[in-house]
Amino acid sequence: MNQEPRTENHEPRTHTYAVKRSYAQQPLWEGRGPLLGCLDMELTERCNNNCIHCCINLPAGDVQAQARELRTADWQDILRQAADLGALSVRFTGGEPLLREDFAELYLYARRLGLRVLLFTNARLITSELADLLARVPPLAKIEITVYGLRRASYEAVTRVPGSYAEFRQGVERLLERKVPFVVKSALLPPNKGELVEFEAWAATIPWMDRPPTYAMFFELRGRRDSQAKNRLIAGLRLSPEEGLAVLTSRPEAYRREMVEFCTKFMRAPGDRLFVCGAGQGGCIDAYGLLQPCMTLRHPETAYDLVGARHASPLRDALTDFFPRLRERHALNPDYLDRCARCFLHGLCEQCPGKSWSEHGTLDTPVEYLCQVAHAQARYLGLLAEGERAWEVEDGKERVRKMVKGDEA
Amino acid sequence: MTEISVDAIYVPSEDVVAREIEGELIIVPLVAGIGDLEDELYTLNETGKAIWDRLDGVTSLRALAAALAEEYEASPGEIEEDVCGLVEELLRRRMLVEASGV
Repeated sequence: MNQEPRTENHEPRTHTYAVKRSYAQQPLWEGRGPLLGCLDMELTERCNNNCIHCCINLPAGDVQAQARELRTADWQDILRQAADLGALSVRFTGGEPLLREDFAELYLYARRLGLRVLLFTNARLITSELADLLARVPPLAKIEITVYGLRRASYEAVTRVPGSYAEFRQGVERLLERKVPFVVKSALLPPNKGELVEFEAWAATIPWMDRPPTYAMFFELRGRRDSQAKNRLIAGLRLSPEEGLAVLTSRPEAYRREMVEFCTKFMRAPGDRLFVCGAGQGGCIDAYGLLQPCMTLRHPETAYDLVGARHASPLRDALTDFFPRLRERHALNPDYLDRCARCFLHGLCEQCPGKSWSEHGTLDTPVEYLCQVAHAQARYLGLLAEGERAWEVEDGKERVRKMVKGDEA
Repeated sequence: MTEISVDAIYVPSEDVVAREIEGELIIVPLVAGIGDLEDELYTLNETGKAIWDRLDGVTSLRALAAALAEEYEASPGEIEEDVCGLVEELLRRRMLVEASGV
């Protein structure tokens, strides 16, 4: 059948009308894709764990926080807006998103809109009923489970909740029994550091792990800047740059291969523009309806109130007006302009407005720890000599080119 | 091979969600067992899309093919073959059901 009404050009005969695609297979569109690809939704900041390193968690029973959280109908409205803008996926995260009593309702609502759901969880609240639902109506993405230890002692030394380890194991078993695809990841902390080999061996037995697990180790401080005591604890749990490098390079060939690809694409001096990442091209809605340009950044001036906005489609307004204006902002801090703006390690370095905010309460203050981590990696990759400071290097591009060329050779 | 009757009426299954995004018709599985992998979705080619848009749960395949023959430059036999081909494929993939069975 000719696809064009009454023309001379005939479509080649075909007997495959429905083309199988994958979300990983990009692009789905020949021309410009939709305004929004994926939206992060932090359903709650509350968590049933009390992890020693966490940058966001509030107690599960925090009634004040719970009272401020968006209602089911608010989340449903936001999901509808996201689908209308063409989003293919939403990410449900937290806190612990399964703490929401309406989780199953929101999940089904999203799936019925044709959205894929990426779920970040600690698995403790995966009941038989929820596991049945996830098996019957699959999220279309592997669930991501963070594992805090492989033994009760190590796990609960991190989570600080008695009984949490058994619940996590039970949640995982329920998914395995029903063949609901999931992957595991971890946070490398003093109580579980010694279990790394064992953890990787266990992770390899999970049918859907097609690569080694990832680890959080350069921990973020509290995004809300709500507790100096917690921040001191988190900072004390961070791996040293050298320790972190040792973990990153435990598979040296894979690390180098990945870094060569990454550096070629993303590493360059950013100049004085603050947002040179993807922040604001999607967004993260916090539990109270504030849309942030990314999951890390909690600066009140960079948030858009989706619920309070007097706009027919607040999400569209944020993406087409508020965030583009935000992305025009420039750094003003002389220290940042002297160092980060000129540094060719930008990209390899995790310095960004979000990290600057959580560490220093500004958008443009260099984060010394991240700078040290990036320098350690750059020395390992041969991009810097001992004692060199990356922002003083004038031939950064050339060094990256040489590294890529050397790797190809 | 599923038997297709041109006098039968078919309708999109409630087990999938069809979305049109930037001109692309995307069929997203809602329940398990539609795709083989955990992250699969489907797009319809132009022919498939033209037919899908007319699967309204009221029109028989014969009437649907006749309507398409008025719009598109192809023989009725060719159009009927495409319509049945698509329906057969979508039935196999559980994306379509016979309206009487709804």
